[in-house]
Amino acid sequence: MSETMAPSFLVNDQLALFRSMLRIRLVEEAIATRYAEQEMRCPVHLSIGQEAVATGVCLALRPQDQIVSTHRSHAHYLAKGGDLNAMLAEIYGKETGCCGGRGGSMHLFDAAAGILASLPIVGSAIGIATGAALAFQQEGSDCVAVTFPGDASVEEGIFHESLNFAALMSLPVVYVIENNLYACFTGLEQRQPHRPLGDLALAHGLTAVTADGNDVEAIHAAAKDAIAKARDGGGPSVLVFNTYRWREHCGPNYDNNVGYRSEEEFQQWKARCPVESLQKKLMAEGQLSDQDLAAMTAEIEAEVTAAFQAAKAAPFPLAASAEERVYA
Amino acid sequence: MPNAERIISVAEALCEATKVAMERDSKIYVIGEGVTDPKAIFETTRGLLDAFGPKRVIEMPVAENGLTGIAIGSAMMGRKPLMVHQRVDFAMLSLEQLFNNAAKAYYASNGKHSVPLVVRMIIGRGWGQGPAHSQSLESLFASIPGLKVVMPTTAYEAKGQLIAALEDGNPIMFLEHRWVHYVTGHVPTGYYTVPLTSRRVRDGNDVTIVATSYMLFEAMMAADFLAEANISAEIIDLAVLRPLDMTPIMDSVRKTGRLVTADTGFRTLGMGAELVAEVACRDMSCLLAPPVRVGLPDHPTPSSRSLAIGYYRTAIDVFDAAVTTCGVAPQTVATIRERLATKRNALPSDVPTPAFKGPF
Repeated sequence: MSETMAPSFLVNDQLALFRSMLRIRLVEEAIATRYAEQEMRCPVHLSIGQEAVATGVCLALRPQDQIVSTHRSHAHYLAKGGDLNAMLAEIYGKETGCCGGRGGSMHLFDAAAGILASLPIVGSAIGIATGAALAFQQEGSDCVAVTFPGDASVEEGIFHESLNFAALMSLPVVYVIENNLYACFTGLEQRQPHRPLGDLALAHGLTAVTADGNDVEAIHAAAKDAIAKARDGGGPSVLVFNTYRWREHCGPNYDNNVGYRSEEEFQQWKARCPVESLQKKLMAEGQLSDQDLAAMTAEIEAEVTAAFQAAKAAPFPLAASAEERVYA
Repeated sequence: MPNAERIISVAEALCEATKVAMERDSKIYVIGEGVTDPKAIFETTRGLLDAFGPKRVIEMPVAENGLTGIAIGSAMMGRKPLMVHQRVDFAMLSLEQLFNNAAKAYYASNGKHSVPLVVRMIIGRGWGQGPAHSQSLESLFASIPGLKVVMPTTAYEAKGQLIAALEDGNPIMFLEHRWVHYVTGHVPTGYYTVPLTSRRVRDGNDVTIVATSYMLFEAMMAADFLAEANISAEIIDLAVLRPLDMTPIMDSVRKTGRLVTADTGFRTLGMGAELVAEVACRDMSCLLAPPVRVGLPDHPTPSSRSLAIGYYRTAIDVFDAAVTTCGVAPQTVATIRERLATKRNALPSDVPTPAFKGPF
């Protein structure tokens, strides 16, 4: 488990939130930049623009709490404290990857950091996270499970099946609906009737809190409440955060030109960049200086550069090992 | 041998297996639609709720995929769920979780996360179960690496195999034929395991019959009459369809030179297809004659007993298959076949025992 936050920036929650978002942004941008080298030969679903949800939620969790992520797993993994070296090595298909090269970008996990799994089939993670919560309850643990269904996940039966059971059993689980408005190229309004996503929770007897998905402090506050409630035996909750994916569904590029969404829409969301918003606020409040920001950026960039170098230098797993570890 | 005379059914043996395993391992919990209801999954979960309480015997919402995901998630965190489906046909709603997560968690995590999950699924037959209550889908599950597929036959094996499955640490699809539930036999009390492997149940020299599930009993009946026709049949109970251990089958076919498969699934792309292909690919020279597959025809299960009577394969089909592959002229064994047919056809065609009065 790598250090998510360097000690010097653990001054307060706001700086820790900012650093986590900045780090996710810099990692994702580095992946986008280097993707054209054709050495990361697996699909990548970048989280640029969505850093606030992962950060606000995961920084409210303890290491032993478990998250289950999706195909778009990088931000959740990094925010929860997943090992950056193991993540990049996995994307490069290397032996030192978190899955030993068996999973790729869509299967990131880090047992030490409480990242149980990332699962690329829409909705699939919801059941697994609910099951982790059931295990916590059966063991009498006060840990909490969290998963991040996208807006499309709520269309899957398993979302409703899981919420129904979690409510019935009062399981310690938080469902974070990370609504980025699109399922690949298909907009939310093409797929769902007009109704607040949070109402889906009400239908299952759960409470839902909706907040700005680009406001990391609002997210963090809502997550803290829901997680504390789950930890204290208060049962499951739903959080709804509307945010926006800046780049294409899968891959390193912008795709505002292909016809399913507009440049204008993108620019509106970009103007509300979660990283920049908090940066401006912290600077205005005198909590972050230009020098601090430069130092923080340099520190993260050094870490990222070193992680890429390590991933590239690492050996590939032996082809013959592909048939191993099918059964425990 | 204080328990030598203790005769119980497979259904009772499965219930007993669950009880003794749960007594020993507090991580095991049972979950399924009907596990606490008055019918108790054909008696196989009778008394579990009283013995272990609602935290370990969970009546499941009617949500097969979601709850399978929940069971898998809990298993990845170290719990040991035993899920039960009254019919395999319902479990098809859970294939996303079984195929994508249960079967792959250990592999994709490079051995870090195992999924100690047992899913009991019951294959229906008889009393007009019809197209979607009687499918024998073992080859579907057996086509996925990472899953194990077990089909019990006798009461002794069923109890020991279920306990072994709960000890195993892998996702195990435990497919019980509804009529196998009625098979009785000696079962010791207490905790014991039966290794998850195939087993030779009859020695012979002329033909190898590899049978699964209920077809084992049809094969056993056929073998008695084949013996009268001087055809010595060796029978292997293929209790574990995946991982598929071909060694005992190859050893047997190398000895007999002939192969008949008899399973409860479809003949086309069924387990028999895989067995014949493996034997042929591994050692064509060991085969003295073309193998014969005994399996279900290429249409759904009809409900009416008048339509279903020709659907299921019996000891007579296994007898004919062995006669064919052994190159014996049918007319030379016609009298023996007639006696087998008389005996087999005296059994009810659409109920497991004459005592069965429905409704499912």
